[in-house]
Amino acid sequence: MNLFNILLVLAVAFVSIFAETIFDGPRLWLGAQIDLLPVLMVFAALNTNIAGVCLLAFLGGLWFDSLSANPMGITILPLLAVGFPICLRRDLILRDVQFAQVVLGAIASALVPALTLLLLLSGRRDPLVGWGTLWQWVVMIVGGAVAAPLIFIVFGWCNHALGYQPRTETSFRPDRQIRRGRNTMN
Amino acid sequence: MLILSLPANATSRLRLAVSSWFLPLFGLASSAQKLPADLADNALPRRELLNEINTLRRENEQLQAGQSQAVAIARENDQLRTLLGWQKQLPWKLKPAKVVARDPANWWHTVQIEFGSRDGARVNLPILTPEGYLVGRISAVNYYTSQVVLVGDPNCRVSVIIDDPVHDMGVLTASGPLDDSVVELGYLSGSANMKSGQNVSTSGLGGIFPKGIPVGKIVDFRTLEFGLDTEARVQLYANLGALEHVWVVFP
Repeated sequence: MNLFNILLVLAVAFVSIFAETIFDGPRLWLGAQIDLLPVLMVFAALNTNIAGVCLLAFLGGLWFDSLSANPMGITILPLLAVGFPICLRRDLILRDVQFAQVVLGAIASALVPALTLLLLLSGRRDPLVGWGTLWQWVVMIVGGAVAAPLIFIVFGWCNHALGYQPRTETSFRPDRQIRRGRNTMN
Repeated sequence: MLILSLPANATSRLRLAVSSWFLPLFGLASSAQKLPADLADNALPRRELLNEINTLRRENEQLQAGQSQAVAIARENDQLRTLLGWQKQLPWKLKPAKVVARDPANWWHTVQIEFGSRDGARVNLPILTPEGYLVGRISAVNYYTSQVVLVGDPNCRVSVIIDDPVHDMGVLTASGPLDDSVVELGYLSGSANMKSGQNVSTSGLGGIFPKGIPVGKIVDFRTLEFGLDTEARVQLYANLGALEHVWVVFP
């Protein structure tokens, strides 16, 4: 179950990063591209284990940075900073409640770009930052908040359709059935 | 932290290795984009195609006439340069490239083009739109693709000259995070004599962009530091949000 979830999350992360580079709609209509990696990190932290969180942060961060002008590996740290606390405290989180998913998606979508920008600025990089960045941040937060419950629903379907489902025990036992017929009474 | 502290060479190799994972998806997307165009081409009636061929033939004849005139002017220009003892100007070589991806991060203005080291790409080659307007320069090269940093990104500073009587010079710095069509023009002298609507083109200083590439036109300007400094905003001619095909310039 866990391995299937991890593979599914990684596959979706890979495709979503690629989609962010070729579909320019959100950038044209809203002024900012919506990033699904933080939301996927929330899902991975709640439904997989520490290994899944680390794998998604490492591979997702590298994939994202390879198609971006970011220095390689800079997105890994913010993703880990979001994934670890959620993973450690996931027993206290009502993961099946949609409100919790929305709040976690919004927080993750706020923290990951903010921490990445902080790292870039502290590393003497010169990213494009201005008052418009606040609007982009809001778009990313709202986008993440909306996407979080949808991702949980889609992954739920995928798990149901493709994942291993344990066979439910029925109360039927053939040796306890009353036998009827001509040869049953001796 | 380990990856961030790797030397530049190792980082670029890692970037090349990781980004090559996406090549099959880029190929798929490219094929998917071509499919509707191919279907539309097959559905076009023969008469329409013949009309288009005739139009293109006429256009070609006009262009050939214009080109022969341009060749004569270039020859005359070369002769005059030789007489004055100036260095001969070499014509640019242009190669077409297709824009395949945009930067997923909101704080960079870069695109990926399908033109890599196998096609002769190198860092700092200028990039133009099909109309000949400045787009940016190549900032990183992979085997199949290259990363282009666009005008308006803080990492693409362009020395420009304003088409005014004094030929004021300045440097294009950065655009806003939301609007990539207007770029700040700084490092102008306080006595810069400019007006809105004046053309801005590359100055040829800086060693990356050849002289005379059209960039945009002045939108407005303001004086700073009690008249010691002037800052202007330039509306770019290139529509950077809708780039599909570009020219790679080999100066």
